[in-house]
Amino acid sequence: MLPLRVTGAMVRRRGKTLLGPIDLELAGTGLTVVIGPNGSGKTTLLRVMHGIERLTAGQIAWAVPMAEARQRQAYVFQQPTMLRRSVADNLAFPLRLSGQPQAQARETAAEWACRIGLGDALDRPALRLSGGERQKLALARALIRSPKVLFLDEPCANLDGRATRDIEALLVEVRDTGTRIVLATHDMGQARRLATEGVFLRSGQVWESGTTLLTAPQTPELAAFLKGDIVL
Amino acid sequence: MTDILDGFTAAFYLLIGLDSDLIEISLRSLHVSLTALLFACAIAFPLGTYLAVQRFRHRRTVISVLNALMGLPPVVVGLIVYVFLSRSGPLGVLGLLFTPTAMIIAQVIIITPLIASITHQAMRDLWADYHDLLISLNATKRQRIATLIIDGRRNLLTAALAGFGRAIGEVGAIMIVGGNIDHATRVLTTAIALETGKGDFALALGLGFVLIALALLVNLSIHWLSRTESDGLW
Amino acid sequence: MIRAALLATATLLASPTIAEPLRMAVTTSFENSGLAEVLLPVIAKDTGIEVQLVVVGTGQALKLGESGDVDAILVHSKSAEDAFVAAGNAPHRREIMYNDFVLVGPAGDPAAIAGTDTAIAALGAIANTESAFVSRGDDSGTHKTELALWAAADLDPAGFGKWYNAVGAGMGAALNTAAGLDAYILADRASWLNFGNKATLALLFSGDPALFNQYAFLPVSAEKHPHVRADLAETLENWLTGDVAKGLIDGYKIAGEQLFVFNAETN
Repeated sequence: MLPLRVTGAMVRRRGKTLLGPIDLELAGTGLTVVIGPNGSGKTTLLRVMHGIERLTAGQIAWAVPMAEARQRQAYVFQQPTMLRRSVADNLAFPLRLSGQPQAQARETAAEWACRIGLGDALDRPALRLSGGERQKLALARALIRSPKVLFLDEPCANLDGRATRDIEALLVEVRDTGTRIVLATHDMGQARRLATEGVFLRSGQVWESGTTLLTAPQTPELAAFLKGDIVL
Repeated sequence: MTDILDGFTAAFYLLIGLDSDLIEISLRSLHVSLTALLFACAIAFPLGTYLAVQRFRHRRTVISVLNALMGLPPVVVGLIVYVFLSRSGPLGVLGLLFTPTAMIIAQVIIITPLIASITHQAMRDLWADYHDLLISLNATKRQRIATLIIDGRRNLLTAALAGFGRAIGEVGAIMIVGGNIDHATRVLTTAIALETGKGDFALALGLGFVLIALALLVNLSIHWLSRTESDGLW
Repeated sequence: MIRAALLATATLLASPTIAEPLRMAVTTSFENSGLAEVLLPVIAKDTGIEVQLVVVGTGQALKLGESGDVDAILVHSKSAEDAFVAAGNAPHRREIMYNDFVLVGPAGDPAAIAGTDTAIAALGAIANTESAFVSRGDDSGTHKTELALWAAADLDPAGFGKWYNAVGAGMGAALNTAAGLDAYILADRASWLNFGNKATLALLFSGDPALFNQYAFLPVSAEKHPHVRADLAETLENWLTGDVAKGLIDGYKIAGEQLFVFNAETN
């Protein structure tokens, strides 16, 4: 279904430009990190690419029809939504939406629960999980339909080291088996550990992008940002 | 004050005597109001949820109308249903006037807006919570509504119980379309109106206490049933 | 759970119904008299007809007959009944029995109607003293009788002051109101005797022939409404004007008082 082409994409709300215009192509394999200061438009860009943000101008196009593309991608939100159901039912939910029979969906859900260390919490209400467990559950729920493309918005914000390590291990595994990943993050260490390429956003614009983004910044703003300076 | 005591005494004797007329009209009350509740929920749950989920041009107008209809006077509903079901009305050929079916129709009309409105308010909050996830998972409109209904079932239960309360205690509409015919369409509320009319306050109050007890019983048993199903986190 | 309850209810309600139901609109005053409870079981036994009573005011009873929503009506308002027959809503009108109206009021009788000779004089006394009076005000037979009496006394309720309360309710509700207000009221004798909440009210005036209250049976026109059970209505009419009915009606007593006088012309 790749490449994804974003052309002239612009998001404006209440007279304020949140993003764009942006031209971008997502192709090949690997993991793209989206970095940039707060309010630079990382979340909006991810939502635009995922197709859940209304565009003021421009368009996005996949190599396959939109309906098919929407079916084969997933998104992990910064604040994961826990359905008011058990862990197992949360995991099985996307499969049930795709019309899988209950028994089969629950079996797959149980396998995934084991993979993320929630194997013995299948019947626990998801709302009772800790922050780290919730984020892992959200990630597994996003991966359960084996998406071709996966978007993650700050999946490890506010998580402890152990949970972050578990999630990163899973992401590497998924990345290396061919799922294209786009990850917005604040954590430069995480970006360095996972990225194969990157996009640096500033005031809603793509300021710089490429495979050497983190190692050889071309612009003074990115260099300052990587150093930890405050960039507006 | 002695009236109240007489009422309690009357209710007590009615209950321990398992008066056959009392049982008959109590069961008919339950039959009419629970059937009406079933149909009203079948309409109101999806409607209220749809209004929470879907943006369309006259959505606010529809919601305002719905909220206004919550206060629909039962007598007016009864009159309108009567005009429709009367032999000389458009649906007269069905011969439904003065039957429990006519009473059910009237009650469905009375409680559907109430249930739909409470449903809409509860579902609006749940939808705010679920919106991004369901859109992201590419759920169809029908799936979104179904998910909200399933996960918001506790709120829906509250809505249903509110509707049941209004139905079981309603007298204005069912008096007109049911006719309060003994052994055919007499229910607790119309019997209470009848006994009040006869000046037999003790019996009327007794029936009133039976009605209250019945409503309590239904509420408690539904709550109890829903609690055994999950552990009360949501 | 709801489904289970419904099933249980449905099973319990599915008792075998008596064949041949006939719907008859009757006035509240007839229902309140308690006579129906004596007559209906015997009618069912003798004719196999299950008479379903729709209890309403005379106005609404006539309206139900006009719309074809009942098979017959039993009311007490001669002029309205004649108009009903004239309009083709019923083939004929058959007188069955009569009872009488009484004037009820506070036991202290502030208007001193107990000593008057006629109903007209009694009402005049109430109007002169402006004693509280409750009127049905619901276009029922009782209400129409009351209005006719005021007219005969050359008085117009439209010009009455605050003492005249038109409550727009059935006999029982109106009696409750009169009990609450300590007011005079025109009631049919049966409703009064059966009324349980008499408070300080007492029967103060009765016996004037002007207060007699004729009940008539009107089968709803099968020509206008082909679905009505004219056959059953005819059977019922024959029964109501027959000897069994005569015995039951004349023999019906509350507190030792005879309420109705059978006066049908037998076939």
